[in-house]
Amino acid sequence: MDARASKGARPRLSFWDIFSRYREIGITVFILILVVVVTLRTPSFLTANNLRDILMNISILMIVALGQTMVILTKGIDLSVSSMIGLVAMMVAFVMKEHPETPVFAIVLLGMALGTVAGSFNSIIITFGKVPPIIATLGTLSVYRGLVFFYSGGTWINSYELPRGIKILSKGELLGLPNLIVIAFLIAVIVYLFLKYTRTGRNIFAVGSNVEAAEYAGIRPQRIVFLVYLLSGLLSGLGAVLWVSRFESAQTNTALGFELQTVTAAVIGGVSISGGVGTVPGVILGALLLGMIQNALTLVRISPFWQLAAQGLLIIIAVVIDRVISTRVVRTST
Amino acid sequence: MTKTILRLKDVSKSFSGVEVLHDVNFDLRPGEVHALLGENGAGKSTMVKVITGYHQPDHGEIYLDDEMVEFTDTRDSRQVGIAAIYQELSLFPDLDVAENIFIGRHPLKFGMQVDWRKLYDEAKQLLDSLGVQIDLKQKARQLSIAQQQIVEIARAFSINARILIMDEPTSSLTLNEVAELFNLVRNLRESGTAIIFISHRLEELFEIADRVTVLRDGYYIDTCNIKETSRDDLLRKMVGRTISEQYPKVEVLRGDVLLQVENITKDGLFRDVSFELHQGEILGLAGLVGAGRTHVAESLFGIRPVDSGKIMIEGQEVSITSPHQAIELGLAYVPEDRQQHGLIPAMQLTPNISLPKLGEFARYSWLLNKKERKFAYTAALQMEVRARSISQCARELSGGNQQKVVLAKWLSTNPRILILDEPTRGIDVGTKAAVHALMSNLAAQGMAILMISSELPEILGMSDRIIVLREGYITAHFLRVEATQENIIAAATQNVRIGN
Repeated sequence: MDARASKGARPRLSFWDIFSRYREIGITVFILILVVVVTLRTPSFLTANNLRDILMNISILMIVALGQTMVILTKGIDLSVSSMIGLVAMMVAFVMKEHPETPVFAIVLLGMALGTVAGSFNSIIITFGKVPPIIATLGTLSVYRGLVFFYSGGTWINSYELPRGIKILSKGELLGLPNLIVIAFLIAVIVYLFLKYTRTGRNIFAVGSNVEAAEYAGIRPQRIVFLVYLLSGLLSGLGAVLWVSRFESAQTNTALGFELQTVTAAVIGGVSISGGVGTVPGVILGALLLGMIQNALTLVRISPFWQLAAQGLLIIIAVVIDRVISTRVVRTST
Repeated sequence: MTKTILRLKDVSKSFSGVEVLHDVNFDLRPGEVHALLGENGAGKSTMVKVITGYHQPDHGEIYLDDEMVEFTDTRDSRQVGIAAIYQELSLFPDLDVAENIFIGRHPLKFGMQVDWRKLYDEAKQLLDSLGVQIDLKQKARQLSIAQQQIVEIARAFSINARILIMDEPTSSLTLNEVAELFNLVRNLRESGTAIIFISHRLEELFEIADRVTVLRDGYYIDTCNIKETSRDDLLRKMVGRTISEQYPKVEVLRGDVLLQVENITKDGLFRDVSFELHQGEILGLAGLVGAGRTHVAESLFGIRPVDSGKIMIEGQEVSITSPHQAIELGLAYVPEDRQQHGLIPAMQLTPNISLPKLGEFARYSWLLNKKERKFAYTAALQMEVRARSISQCARELSGGNQQKVVLAKWLSTNPRILILDEPTRGIDVGTKAAVHALMSNLAAQGMAILMISSELPEILGMSDRIIVLREGYITAHFLRVEATQENIIAAATQNVRIGN
């Protein structure tokens, strides 16, 4: 650095610079506009109860989307999260049915352990089998869903078969907030700190941004790739336990199609599908926006089919914005 | 006067302010093989790209059959019968030979349906007229490199090429294949095709070429009949410059052997490479592009571990299978391709600089950001990196400053052995001088430096000893006092293999 520059005047940032650096600002503005528009039409939108509903609805999405985010940061994708949730949910529900006395925290740990095992199969296929992530997890998406049927024999576990403790896990309150929201918030903080302040977190960005340069710098990319799918499984396992807790059941079609919501939340939140770019606050906002739109569409009585279409539209808009920004930034920097 | 088919008159071309062709003149006659000769970076490729319309000249004119032409893209030049075959072949691996020849111009029946019979008939006629035999139904990926070249030539002739440009066509062929290719080239010459032939193998030129044009540093030097010249004469014309730049080379007392490699081999890339690297020494690794210099460096650094041979550091045999290991053994590698291998362009300077030594800024894997920033700041300051701040993205810096960041990053690992691959390519004169001064300094402090460079003056100016690599083999070994541009170029281009 030369001395002149280091003292330096504040660099002047263009609109695009700011917009691309602080993606969160853009989403926040969008969310605020949405709140105003919907509230004008349906005043019940902006009530404590409804906001609490929205947060409850997106808590599990947020947790699993954060795992998905770490995967996408390495240029990968984990399509199997929904089936991992379905499988783990079914397994822990059976354990609770057979052994209702098992403490809840043990169930949580069991769920995370099972998720980790499922995730590490993805890791093995991708790192040792050299299978592209989209194919590997597309495969396990079906395999794990098949295992749900195999394991349950097609039956469901219903609310009355579950112990009371598990139901309290998500609905009980801490400091006036439902536990579920508190847990999601804690996980977000942990992932945020992990990505920002640990060596491994930094390496995830490095591998996703330029895998060759990362390897030349002594990072072992395969280890990082192994880790992110494992973590995605772990968070899916946690999500599965919370799912059973919140919906008080485990079904063969639990979380079906959920993988696309996690990808959508991450991408809307500014996680770049070409790797190396993304933040935890962005993903939280992405999940929030998704949850709000679903809620708002229900409130204004629009068919659930339109909700799906809206979700699809959002992801396309988010990616288009991404592309426009990246071409702009390259142009202005040269 | 002999007829000319193609003529370049005072053609100049610059890229971002640097002129790479200066008033180049060139003429090509029908039925001749005209060789184009010059060192790396002499301007041969740019000239070819101007002829094919890939680049447009800044000034100067191109005449085809004594008529001035302007090509806006390669399609224009193809239309008038100019075809080029590059080192990287461009066949479609999963299509068969006949389809590759007629790709994009399949003969049609009823205006829409592919006429397969006609396609194979015409392909057969074409190959027959070239006097070669290749199974038309074979997939391109099953062909040898020589056969693939023939298919490319056939493709060129299916559009009635009158001028054929061949860029190092023999570089990956066996002797027999070269002989076959030369037969084909002679046939084409008989039939009146004009051929521009680029090769680094001087001996070959005497065998196949009629005339030769020499370029040097973007200047036209001379054109002569191959029969009236000699190998030495051509070498002199190729290098013929004196070292104008001053190099801040400091004489350092040579220390102990730090790195010793014995007969390391990576199949298909290099073979039986042996050398020693002492403390305080700068060892220059010279050779043409594609001679395997970078591969040797990458193998030493664990990126492509060697297949056989011994690597010893301070007399201890080591096996290096990953960059991670290499770094722990005290190696550092500043790669040739900054953007792809040296930097993470989208990241800020701090994480870029701290990347190889991130462990030092972590306590129980927890990053100490302040310490890291301070360290990166100091490292950047020492290298005199010019940036707005340490938080700027690496991508936004100039080439010279990016190179300084890469150097800062690797020097921060305190390496004992530093490998520099084209350390001053594409950077400004000021930074270049700074890098050279830095190298001298590091050597004086006892670091062992292996420097790969395509710039002969740099090799001659900075190295204590020089080894020359040619097609994966070491062909020569010079002390600083023995080395001249001529003998390095000779070793880099000679055909015969000399042991080391």
